[in-house]
Amino acid sequence: MIAAVRARLASWWRVATLPVLAIVLALAIAAVIIVASSAFTGTGFFPLLPIYAYGNLFAGAFGSDIALNNTLVAAAPLMLGGLAIGLGFKAGLFNIGVAGQFLAGAFAAAVVGSSLATAPVPVAVAVSLVAGGLAGAALGAIPGFLKARTGAHEVVTTIMLNNATALLLAWAVTDLARAPGFTFPRTGDIGTSALPVLLGRNLHLGVPLAFAAVFLIRWLLDRTTLGFEIRAVGANPNAARYAGISPLLIVTLTMSLSGLLGGLAGAVQMLGVIGFYASGISASVGFDSIAVALLGRSDPIGILFAALLFGAFRAGAPLMQITTQVPIEIIDIIQALIILFLAAELIVRRVFRVRARPLEIEGATTVTRTWAEGSVRT
Amino acid sequence: MSEGERAVPGAARSSLPPPALEMRGITKRFPGTLANDHIDLEVRPGEIHALLGENGAGKTTLMNILYGLISPDEGEIRIDGEPVAIRDPADAIARGIGMVHQHFMLVPVLTVAENVVLGAEIMHGPVLLDQAGAAKRIRSLAEQLGFTIDPNARVEQLSVGQQQRIEILKALYRRARILVLDEPTAVLTPQETEEIFAVLRRLRDEGASIVFISHKLDEVLRIADRITVIRRGRVVGERVPAATTEQELADLMVGRSVSLRVDRGVAHPGEVVLEVRGLHVRDDRRHEVVRGVDLDVRHGEIVGVAGVAGNGQEELVEAIVGLRRPSAGRIMLRGRDRTTASPREVRAAGVGYVPADRQRYGLVLSFTVGDNCVLTEYRKAPYARGVVRDERAIRRRAEELIAEYDVRTPGPGVRASTLSGGNQQKLVVAREFGDDELLILDQPTRGIDVGSTEFIHKQAIAQRDAGTAVLLVSADLDEVLELSDRVVVIHRGRVVGEFDAASAERERIGLLMARGVAA
Repeated sequence: MIAAVRARLASWWRVATLPVLAIVLALAIAAVIIVASSAFTGTGFFPLLPIYAYGNLFAGAFGSDIALNNTLVAAAPLMLGGLAIGLGFKAGLFNIGVAGQFLAGAFAAAVVGSSLATAPVPVAVAVSLVAGGLAGAALGAIPGFLKARTGAHEVVTTIMLNNATALLLAWAVTDLARAPGFTFPRTGDIGTSALPVLLGRNLHLGVPLAFAAVFLIRWLLDRTTLGFEIRAVGANPNAARYAGISPLLIVTLTMSLSGLLGGLAGAVQMLGVIGFYASGISASVGFDSIAVALLGRSDPIGILFAALLFGAFRAGAPLMQITTQVPIEIIDIIQALIILFLAAELIVRRVFRVRARPLEIEGATTVTRTWAEGSVRT
Repeated sequence: MSEGERAVPGAARSSLPPPALEMRGITKRFPGTLANDHIDLEVRPGEIHALLGENGAGKTTLMNILYGLISPDEGEIRIDGEPVAIRDPADAIARGIGMVHQHFMLVPVLTVAENVVLGAEIMHGPVLLDQAGAAKRIRSLAEQLGFTIDPNARVEQLSVGQQQRIEILKALYRRARILVLDEPTAVLTPQETEEIFAVLRRLRDEGASIVFISHKLDEVLRIADRITVIRRGRVVGERVPAATTEQELADLMVGRSVSLRVDRGVAHPGEVVLEVRGLHVRDDRRHEVVRGVDLDVRHGEIVGVAGVAGNGQEELVEAIVGLRRPSAGRIMLRGRDRTTASPREVRAAGVGYVPADRQRYGLVLSFTVGDNCVLTEYRKAPYARGVVRDERAIRRRAEELIAEYDVRTPGPGVRASTLSGGNQQKLVVAREFGDDELLILDQPTRGIDVGSTEFIHKQAIAQRDAGTAVLLVSADLDEVLELSDRVVVIHRGRVVGEFDAASAERERIGLLMARGVAA
């Protein structure tokens, strides 16, 4: 029994080693940047600044009930977005379109939510969430189908769709769905469609939903025939076809599911935090999700922890900036460094003298493979 | 070195120069296995020395140690009597060791000359390559070996046999005197094999030492001067071809008495299961490679398709199993039209299929052995109930298949990529053999050892005797002749001859395979 637990822990650590080391390395280098930049700011050159900054970052993320709630609330959309990307990776697909799917989901949730603003809470919330998910799924299905049918690379089509979506929604909110009575173009109040707050000031229903999604996707991938099909298509599309699986169907379906999760991320953020859709709302969740999926190695549990980490960065950064004058933007630098080190894992192995373990890095290999390969033969 | 000085097996040892290569007590442990267990190997100058053993016996490990790709735990390597330390391939090359791998290490878009000099370029000043000089040396090297090659041809345009000769040129260009060839004939046609043998004999006669790794008994007997047999990491015997037989070598290699001939009774063909009429199929480049094939396979018979690889066999099979849509013609399974059926529909109609390329089609290498055991049946009970997979049932099934088909693996939970080639093939065979109406075997024993081949052949006969219709496609004519009740010869996408196994003449079929006509 104890041996089994130990083996399980060892195997987790094997998978987690590199991400953890990448985080450590990123924090170390960001510390150097903080010290260097301190020389040019009001604080003056101050070698211990990173310790204070990181201390406050930690306090802002985990130091109180409020901080903890903020972390969880910030992590929820990242979890859903990370799952969207990670699920795609499992099928050998790189869905860069989560940003667009996030916006579509947020917009659909806002529009449907405001039209149900006086409906009973369960109905309003459920219908708005579903609307957001479906909008994302529809947006994901397009590049999925194009990839399966014509071999059009999903990276290219999703990037183009991101732009198309953002512009289309900017027009929609200024014209089609603009609510009367506001000085700028936005959708109406969501009223009872807002996700109920469960704890404290802001911990909304979206947080447990995101956690549930993690375990649902994990179950889907590991335990169901559909998950088997998705993994088979991702690992060896030829063998999948041979086995009677239709890569065309699975690629389209996986991109739709991925889009659904991306749309849900947008809906959760809209109904739980933002409250109304206006032109120019941030779709940064879409891109941070890529980082989350890479850091989590496409594994749902890994994505859970990666999202919590990135959520903590977001939640803790304001306190860090207020108390130590280290700008919030340092978080972007840390995130970028983490991704850099994950991509250039050779550097991390060198620095920490970790031996290479081939075939362990599923997410990363999948990405390179998708880039290298063209269409799925149908 | 002149012919008179050449090491003659059995000649008095005192008159011999020191061995060109001596490996003493080489031991290499991998987690869980002893890959090499105090192996001694001695190769004389001007000798072709065969290293014979089953897949996983430790042949490749030994040669990788020689080439500096892995380091031994124990043992010593001597070259020309001098102890040497070989830490990496650069050391090995400097010592005159050349390696021709089973999978060619060539860059397809570069020319022959560019491939040969890659990494050992002759420079013309600091930046320019001396291409004319390289081409000249390659031509003269090839001439010495008795063949001609255009140094400016692009490698991708060459046949597999020609590519292999380039690999040999590469080694000789680096002045190799000890040449290691890892399963060099696995990918060659019989004619190409003869050609490569001629090259090797010529090299030997000029004093080179050649280590020829193989598990093909007849080839080893034809080409080798001496044969070292290894089994499970140990040397189990050394023989000279004149004083041994295929049977003895096979028994040594496998460690028990094996039957090289397939015992089979008469076939009792029943009704037609597979009926192919006027089938035309295009390949990936849209060339028509199957051009009007008619074919019948009945219950309880094995129909062998003989043909040189690349004459449309692969596409024919892919069309039958639904992986490729025919451009014209009809495919009927038990009287029902299945011309445009999907792979899943074909499987549901009772067709088992062992594909030619087990790593590309037959297995998902990153999946576990267990998952691969149910790769084609993962949706069916008891492996799935509704959409939920039943891990326990899958595991039980895997354990059954592993035991029944003697797949050597630590268990169902390890990745399929960790299995040796022969065991991967056994895994595919285990999964596909069962109560099928039609069983399609495409190159079922390519690249696998005697023991596994014997096993797979026996299983194929057993399937036939149980009433299954079996379609066998193989580039190995011996295999086709041995297993089939009827032989169909395919050439350039057409059936050019059909024989009863009893009346089939090897020569005639060989000519039909090569030229499409028997005269």
